[in-house]
Amino acid sequence: MGITVNGTDVDLPDDPRVSLLDLLREKLHLSGTKKGCDQGACGACTVLVDGQRILSCLALAVQYEGRSVTTIEGVGADGALHPLQQAFIEHDGFQCGYCTPGQICSAIGMIEELRRGVPSHITGDLHATSIPYSRDELRERMSGNLCRCGAHNGIIDAIAETYRANPQPEAAE
Amino acid sequence: MSIVDKGKEAAQGIAQSVMKKAVELAPGALLPGGRPDPLIRRQHGHIGKPVSRVDGPLKVRGAAPFAAEIALDGMVYAALAYSTIAKGRIVTLDTGAAEAAPGVVLVMTHRNAPRLNPPPRFLSGDKAAAGDDSPVMQDDRVRWNGEPIALVLAETQEQADHARSLIRVTYAEEPAATSLPTADGCEVGTFMGEPLRAVVGDADAAFAAAPHKVEAVYTTPGHNHNALEPHGATLVWRGDELFIHDATQAVAHTAWSMAQIFDLEEAQVHVSSPFVGGGFGAKGLWQHQILAAAAARLAGRPVRIALSREGVYRIVGGRSPTEQRVALGADADGRLTAIIHRGVTPKTRHSPMPEPFILPTQSAYAAKTFALEVQTCYLDMVANTFMRAPGEAVGTVALECAMDELAEQLGMDPVELRILNEPEKDPLSGRPFSSRNIVAAYRAGAQRFGWERRNPVPRSRREGDWLVGMGCATATYPYHRMPGGAARITLDAAGHARIDVAAHEMGMGTATTHTQVAADRLGLPLEAVTVRYGDSSLPGVILAGGSQQTASVGLSVMMAHQELVGELLKLAGNDSPLAGLGADEVECADAGLRKLDEPGRFESYASILARSGRSELVVEGSAPMPLETMHWSMHSHGAMFCEVRVNAITGETRVSRFLGSFDCGRILNPKTAASQFRGGIIMGLGLALMEETQFDGRNGRIMNRNLSDYHLPVHLDVPEIEVIWTDIPDPHAPMGARGIGEIGITGTGAAVANAIHNATGRRVREFPITLDKLL
Repeated sequence: MGITVNGTDVDLPDDPRVSLLDLLREKLHLSGTKKGCDQGACGACTVLVDGQRILSCLALAVQYEGRSVTTIEGVGADGALHPLQQAFIEHDGFQCGYCTPGQICSAIGMIEELRRGVPSHITGDLHATSIPYSRDELRERMSGNLCRCGAHNGIIDAIAETYRANPQPEAAE
Repeated sequence: MSIVDKGKEAAQGIAQSVMKKAVELAPGALLPGGRPDPLIRRQHGHIGKPVSRVDGPLKVRGAAPFAAEIALDGMVYAALAYSTIAKGRIVTLDTGAAEAAPGVVLVMTHRNAPRLNPPPRFLSGDKAAAGDDSPVMQDDRVRWNGEPIALVLAETQEQADHARSLIRVTYAEEPAATSLPTADGCEVGTFMGEPLRAVVGDADAAFAAAPHKVEAVYTTPGHNHNALEPHGATLVWRGDELFIHDATQAVAHTAWSMAQIFDLEEAQVHVSSPFVGGGFGAKGLWQHQILAAAAARLAGRPVRIALSREGVYRIVGGRSPTEQRVALGADADGRLTAIIHRGVTPKTRHSPMPEPFILPTQSAYAAKTFALEVQTCYLDMVANTFMRAPGEAVGTVALECAMDELAEQLGMDPVELRILNEPEKDPLSGRPFSSRNIVAAYRAGAQRFGWERRNPVPRSRREGDWLVGMGCATATYPYHRMPGGAARITLDAAGHARIDVAAHEMGMGTATTHTQVAADRLGLPLEAVTVRYGDSSLPGVILAGGSQQTASVGLSVMMAHQELVGELLKLAGNDSPLAGLGADEVECADAGLRKLDEPGRFESYASILARSGRSELVVEGSAPMPLETMHWSMHSHGAMFCEVRVNAITGETRVSRFLGSFDCGRILNPKTAASQFRGGIIMGLGLALMEETQFDGRNGRIMNRNLSDYHLPVHLDVPEIEVIWTDIPDPHAPMGARGIGEIGITGTGAAVANAIHNATGRRVREFPITLDKLL
């Protein structure tokens, strides 16, 4: 058994040292997932595993046997852009584009966490069943994804607009 | 003289006379008496529209290929081992275990590296690119803590990284200068050939006699660029030709410099860099490209070198720390009588770059006397380099905090103090300003920000545990345009134009903005224009640095466009409605040429080309020398406003509001320009509150060489930042536009510090202003 990446089964690497990130980038040539620090500090390598966001640089590929991985290449449907991808363009939520795939995958995973009522560092009431949807919640929850060009305002605008208009987004498969 | 030499001489003579004629004929659009760029007048074109990025769809899909993502057949992976001492010699270097490790193809050290010429140091020649001109793995010497001492090539990155860990080295250490007290020598720094020193009158005497004065020392630490894309390259030798997929701000410079290092002709090196994951001054030629190319040659295999985050800190320089003393003297009305700005910054002997922190002070305020000086000391450390607004970013911290301190002493509003001291002409050079509307920027910014609600008495506004305050500061960055700009226009029979220019897209919006500008210049819809860039085979020597790329590309395309119009009129001939018209009687519109005052006399490009039997028309233009900066003092300007909330119990500072009001000439694309301004401001928030390269003064090693310990502003640190601009075109700049890429980081640090002072009453002069300094 291997790993499912964007709906396709792929073999586990022979070398157990290979991170999920390097499997994607170097073996599968899915280089949309970026390597910014390779030590879990920047979020550029964020992918979705069974719908949850993880840092693929801190994940050994062999640990993900049987799991379903969605990368930026798998976010849009049938070649069309995901509404969040379109919103990033409209709101100029990037400059160089290097952190962008990680920001987008992270936001998709983050919205599901918010909908499940998972509290964040700034959530006032940890026992609340639903979390108020605010820019500060978005900003706090996206703070693990660094951007050095300074597109922060556009990124939050893009996320806020996408999910305000569409409060029940389709989860990435 | 041989016949060959005579031929050469004759050809040179012809070339010179052609050149002279070209200079005479050039319209001197940017010079005194010249006609400004006609695009400045155009109001209803693509310029000024918030066009979304043309490369946006590629980037949001992760489909834009970066340098370390190009796959080449037979490629091997590189890993570097770095020295752990600052200075000395390698005594033993045991590579046996590494060579025997699985998958290893090559271990390269100074013993087997090919002989290489030293890298041409940036600014030492027109196309010199290297941030450091130390020999690259040519001897047993160690020059800084972190210098590469070995490179491993292996079939996989994992194998290369493991083998690298098996290398054993011993050193004979020598005393090293790794902190200012142990620095080697101290002298007046030079920047772009000019000494960093300016004296007008007797500033010390004027300061001593001034009825109002402030004097203080401000320190800023080292900074690292930390572009999210670490430096990397994928390269291959094909015969004697070297092909480099690089992440660089200087494709043409890199190709020439690599040719010098490897004893090649410039045309034998091909550098491609269409996407760069952030640069900020750091993406130049450093040791990794050179080492990878040397190893690729030895191994006969293509090589990918992707620096680790630590690797970037070890071999790519950052901004140097500074210690700046500012003394301002003013008369009873608040007019400056003395501006003294002196200080010290370290550099290496192999770097072209003393941090020139007095630059912003040279043109900021009118004063009777000036004494400005940058002293440079030499340390054994990784070569320091250019980082976003070198000089201005940290120089404005000192100058603009001092202005705030002076305003407080005078009991004046800090905005009014600045406006009172606004110079009529450049205070040092005496040259007129090309366009300076900083007062308008201040007035508009103050009104929009609600500056009148600021209580001038520090620590007078408290909301619960939070102390709230406002501050302002001036932002400034010079207009640059470097020599060497050139561009090619290819117009095809279908009326599509392709612009070829060796420019760079690191996120500034280059591709998008120049599509807009070229479309307006050619009278074409956006869809009919393609801009090709990021390759050393394209025309021009154009650095993506000094906020000058837009001016350089814009003028190059303008010159090529003049050629194009001339050629089209020739091709149109006598059967065209345009017959008999000269280039200055026509304009480009509706995908063709038309007479300026008689729009009915029109012929489309497609028609002209079809009638002359041409499938395309190719023209090239070169930008003239940047003489406009000899006639005018040219700068982008801004007024920064900040509101902070400082926790009275924890000392935590949160920036709650920020507004940048800019005067940078015409804004070509408000969407991408706003991002450039915000990006600079956010890096300035980092400078103010958290960024610091921690340099171990005992051994010259950078301690926080990762993104966990070097703190950048993250989403929660960044408020919604408002940016506005005057949009007043500069008649002496191409398209009326001065640079916008760097000014955002200037003034921001001081605006934050001044707001913190207003909130808390605490004046922190040691940056960054971390919470411990507010307790």
